[in-house]
Amino acid sequence: MIKYTLVRLLQTLIVLVGVSLVTFVMVNVVPGDPVALMMEKRADPETMARVRKEMGLDKPLTVQYLTLAKNALRGDFGTSYFARKPVGEMLLKGFKVTSVIGGMVILFSSFWGILLGVSAAVARGKPADKIIMFFSTLGMAAPSFWIAILLQIVFGLKLMWFPISGLRSTDSYVLPILSLALIYTASIARLSRTNMLDALNQDYIRTARAKGVSELKVNLKHGLKNAAVPIITYIGIQIKWALGGSVLIETVFSINGLGKLMIDAVMTRDIPVIQGCTIYIAVVFVVANLIIDLLYGLLDPRVRVAKEA
Amino acid sequence: MRKNKIYSQLIGNGEASYTSLYSDAMRRLRKDKVAMVCLAFVAILVFLAVFAPYIAPYSESFQDVDNILQKPSSIHLLGTDEFGRDNLSRILYGTRISLSVGIVAESIAILIGVLVGAVAGYYGGAVDAVISRIIEIFASFPQILFAIVIMFVLGPGVINVFVAIGLVGWTGLARVIRSQIIQLKQKEYVEAARATGGTSLKIILRHLVPNCLSTIIVVATMSIPEDIMYEASLSFLGLGVQPPGSSWGAMLNAARLHIQTNPEYSVFPGIALIVTVLAFNLLGDGLRDALDPKLKNL
Repeated sequence: MIKYTLVRLLQTLIVLVGVSLVTFVMVNVVPGDPVALMMEKRADPETMARVRKEMGLDKPLTVQYLTLAKNALRGDFGTSYFARKPVGEMLLKGFKVTSVIGGMVILFSSFWGILLGVSAAVARGKPADKIIMFFSTLGMAAPSFWIAILLQIVFGLKLMWFPISGLRSTDSYVLPILSLALIYTASIARLSRTNMLDALNQDYIRTARAKGVSELKVNLKHGLKNAAVPIITYIGIQIKWALGGSVLIETVFSINGLGKLMIDAVMTRDIPVIQGCTIYIAVVFVVANLIIDLLYGLLDPRVRVAKEA
Repeated sequence: MRKNKIYSQLIGNGEASYTSLYSDAMRRLRKDKVAMVCLAFVAILVFLAVFAPYIAPYSESFQDVDNILQKPSSIHLLGTDEFGRDNLSRILYGTRISLSVGIVAESIAILIGVLVGAVAGYYGGAVDAVISRIIEIFASFPQILFAIVIMFVLGPGVINVFVAIGLVGWTGLARVIRSQIIQLKQKEYVEAARATGGTSLKIILRHLVPNCLSTIIVVATMSIPEDIMYEASLSFLGLGVQPPGSSWGAMLNAARLHIQTNPEYSVFPGIALIVTVLAFNLLGDGLRDALDPKLKNL
């Protein structure tokens, strides 16, 4: 396990350097002079040259990348061209909003997803199973932004229960959370059902039934406990997605989270912000993958043994 | 049980079962009612996309300026948009974009994925280690955000959407092909090909890749709905198809500004999108069950 952990750590490091390099190269091959863009071409050439020098844009790209990497390690991602604020500060602000919404989405969808998925597996082939499967299949094909618009129409405009944009009050969190959670719930329910069915088909379930263990205990203790590892792993993957922010939902509801920060930066060609967002999201994803892999080994002895061999 | 049987057929018999397997798969697919309904639906979509100019009641850009943001009526079956353009016609034209994303972007993804996966799997060792890290770098990023960054580099437009989606969608296939090739390259026929003087390139292209065809078909069919969704998302964000072109995502983006005056406007493009994605998803499931290349959890 120690050797495996070290190898995975090294791989993670390589991937992080690779991701930052790829993003750096990509945003820097874009035609157009950022300084000219920032000053809206009104400044005279001398001022532009001075600003370029201050921002370090006159140096070779390799030097620029190393400076960026060095500063990024200290949490300094430079200054936004337009907001004129430190990118790190903007990221932190976006992260707060995104993590509140993401956290609620994960709580909601884990609870309902596991409940519905396990119920469907227990009621295999019965109408309840079919209804749950029908809706989760539909949910997985639904575009989140369309669900969001429909929720805005029904609960925002027709019923007027919840506000349809911004985050001024607590109840304005409901629709964004719901529109993401419906899709997450659908996929968690499907996965829970599959794994629960696998677990319920095992011999030890028949043994438990044969020795007279109550049906509830068979399902929960012998079934769900053995189906839990892949479900937990999957929820880990969902957490990673939720922390990456949802560009689409944040756009629909005008929420200033990480996703909106990134898409706004793309629209205004605000390179430091784009860079900061991509590096942040890459770090979240790569580190989350590492944690999920290691936890998987800890939780499931079978995986651990296979990896050590 | 059936899964295990096909598994051993694929692995054990190699080339011998190669042709019979596809006819078996077709027979199984024909028995799968859901998959056949979806296949028929996809065929209808292709027909609508090809003949959109003849089927659509209005042209894509015709503006009925006296009837803007109309609710569904007998003149405009699904209503009109903010320029008085017929929604039904624009949804029909939008089919063209969605299906061509499925074909073009997925072809790019297949090309990169198969090439990268085959090279990694065939050569192994250091080449494999380097390529695997590269795959990991590209896979470590949410695809939609990666596509957004690529669109930032390339600029908006239909062709660029195809390229961006193709460039982000190849990692899964590369992984699968890599593991398949690692298994396949130990086969006797590869050894025989090498013994008779076959070059590495020839062995990969003539012997290994064709044997991965069923895997490629399954992975591609399952990726097409994702590609369609990515195109809709990018166009929804204003990065993809630009006006006056019609894409379901772009229509939804315009429609969401008019949900107060004309909520129906945002319902129909979404239905077109969800039904199409669903049809491809279920068809992919059916194909996977029919061809079953043991990738259920990939």
